[in-house]
Amino acid sequence: MERYIKGYWPIFLLPTLIPFLMAFVVPFAMGLYLSLCDFTTVSNAVFVGFGNYIKAFSEGAAGFVHALWFTGLFALLSTVLINLLGLTLALLLVRGFRGTSLFRTVFFMPNLIGGIVLGWLWQVLLNGLLAKAGLTLVSNEWYGFWGLLAVMLWQQAGYMMIIYISGLQSIPDELMEAASMDGAGRWQTLIRIKLPMLMPSVTICTFLSLTNGFKLFDQNLALTNGMPGNRSQLLALNIYQTFYGRIGWEGAGQAKAVVFCAIVVAIALLQLRLTHEREVQQ
Amino acid sequence: MKNRSFKKQKNNALTLLFTAVCALYMVPLAVMVLNSFKKKVFISRQPFAIPNPDSFAGWANYQKGVELTRFFEAMGYSLVITVLSVTVILLCTSMCAWYISRIRSGATRVVYSLFVFSMVVPFQMVMFTLSKLANALGLITPLGIVPVYLGFGAGLAVFMFCGYMKACPIAIEESAMIDGCRPLRVFFGVVLPILRPNAISIGILEVMWIWNDYLLPYLVLDLKRFKTIPIAIQYLKGGYGSVDMGAMMAMLTLAILPIVVFYLGSQRYIVSGIMAGAVKG
Repeated sequence: MERYIKGYWPIFLLPTLIPFLMAFVVPFAMGLYLSLCDFTTVSNAVFVGFGNYIKAFSEGAAGFVHALWFTGLFALLSTVLINLLGLTLALLLVRGFRGTSLFRTVFFMPNLIGGIVLGWLWQVLLNGLLAKAGLTLVSNEWYGFWGLLAVMLWQQAGYMMIIYISGLQSIPDELMEAASMDGAGRWQTLIRIKLPMLMPSVTICTFLSLTNGFKLFDQNLALTNGMPGNRSQLLALNIYQTFYGRIGWEGAGQAKAVVFCAIVVAIALLQLRLTHEREVQQ
Repeated sequence: MKNRSFKKQKNNALTLLFTAVCALYMVPLAVMVLNSFKKKVFISRQPFAIPNPDSFAGWANYQKGVELTRFFEAMGYSLVITVLSVTVILLCTSMCAWYISRIRSGATRVVYSLFVFSMVVPFQMVMFTLSKLANALGLITPLGIVPVYLGFGAGLAVFMFCGYMKACPIAIEESAMIDGCRPLRVFFGVVLPILRPNAISIGILEVMWIWNDYLLPYLVLDLKRFKTIPIAIQYLKGGYGSVDMGAMMAMLTLAILPIVVFYLGSQRYIVSGIMAGAVKG
């Protein structure tokens, strides 16, 4: 079989491989190199070593370091809240009362709406609510923070709900029957059986919401655009504005991007290891 | 008997509870639609009020918004870019994935790892260099952006296709080859039909990504000539100082409408697409 196909690689591989090289491999390698250079366009780069990284980390009050912990806190909180809500909805909606499929449809719907549209939609809503107290979303950075959290919760809980529902449906009936035979109550069944059996779904959902939180851009741009004074910027927006909002900071922007990339890759590797450990246990 | 009626009552209570929660969940969308029919001063002043004869603006917001953003043009570009890109991605990556999974060599293994790695990398890492490269190559039109999407979206698609190929019985392909079929015939006649449901799942994920994508087309496309829906909406803010919230609400409503139709029409595929995508982990 292999020798039949082998000679056909120009037809099968190249149509994907050439764009992949152009849109990912080359820009990635160039990005790594440019983070060590001084440049304004790609062609006038001069090697300067780690200067860009030092510049990125020693930025002023509302700079990279602020965006870093602001994003970390946001990703962590949004992960916890999204998964709690998603799991609660899933646990209730597998109980087969009337209307469950309609309810699932409703909870999932916000997922399909793009980040820019969502951000503007919620800006009006939240500003309308805050106006009653004489405030706006950009009165200080925490209104933006909680606002963004509300947007993400509304958008993503339904997605996690879908994953948890299918996890719950794959728990064998015998296991539940055995548990009720042994006299396990509702809480015991939840803690001792459902949650352990759901661990693969939990890993997936945690990973998805954590990386989504870290990579968030569109909603941040449309909801507050980093105001007031860049203090509600998450990492992705901070990097974007370093590149395109400040002359002479392209190198620092690329250095920030490399750090950002390293963080996201580290989270992914951690998740991969956790998944593997679980597989060994089973 | 008593137990059963108790359970029934409880289920009815749950139905009632969830009806209320769902109604609350839809409030943001309702507010958006209501406000799109109000004059703009009333949007900031009384955002939650139902339009009354004073504040009712008719279709004025829609008219103005469509003029300002050239919305239907943007919608056309969004449609062309999404349909073309997803078609090309599905075709090219399925071929690529078949080759990678059937030829086990060092080279294909390296290529596969690169694809998997690219799924994790955030866009900001390649944002600057990719947009400069795309500009230099002249890929700044709705047609030109297709290979950019293919390249950047290939990782997920190849990875998922490879996962399905593993479960695909190799014997059918072999017997087709023994019958004298050439690899291209085998792929299009045997492999692709088997992969059809999986291709739909992957296609749904890619559609959701490309239709809503803002930053990549914003940096790559020639914005004087081409805008997609998210770009057009974000442009309502730029240049005019303060945002015309009436026009904004009207355009948001127009932007969400096709998504709702698409969702209700293909809900089953979307849910199975999510499930397939979640397994990737």
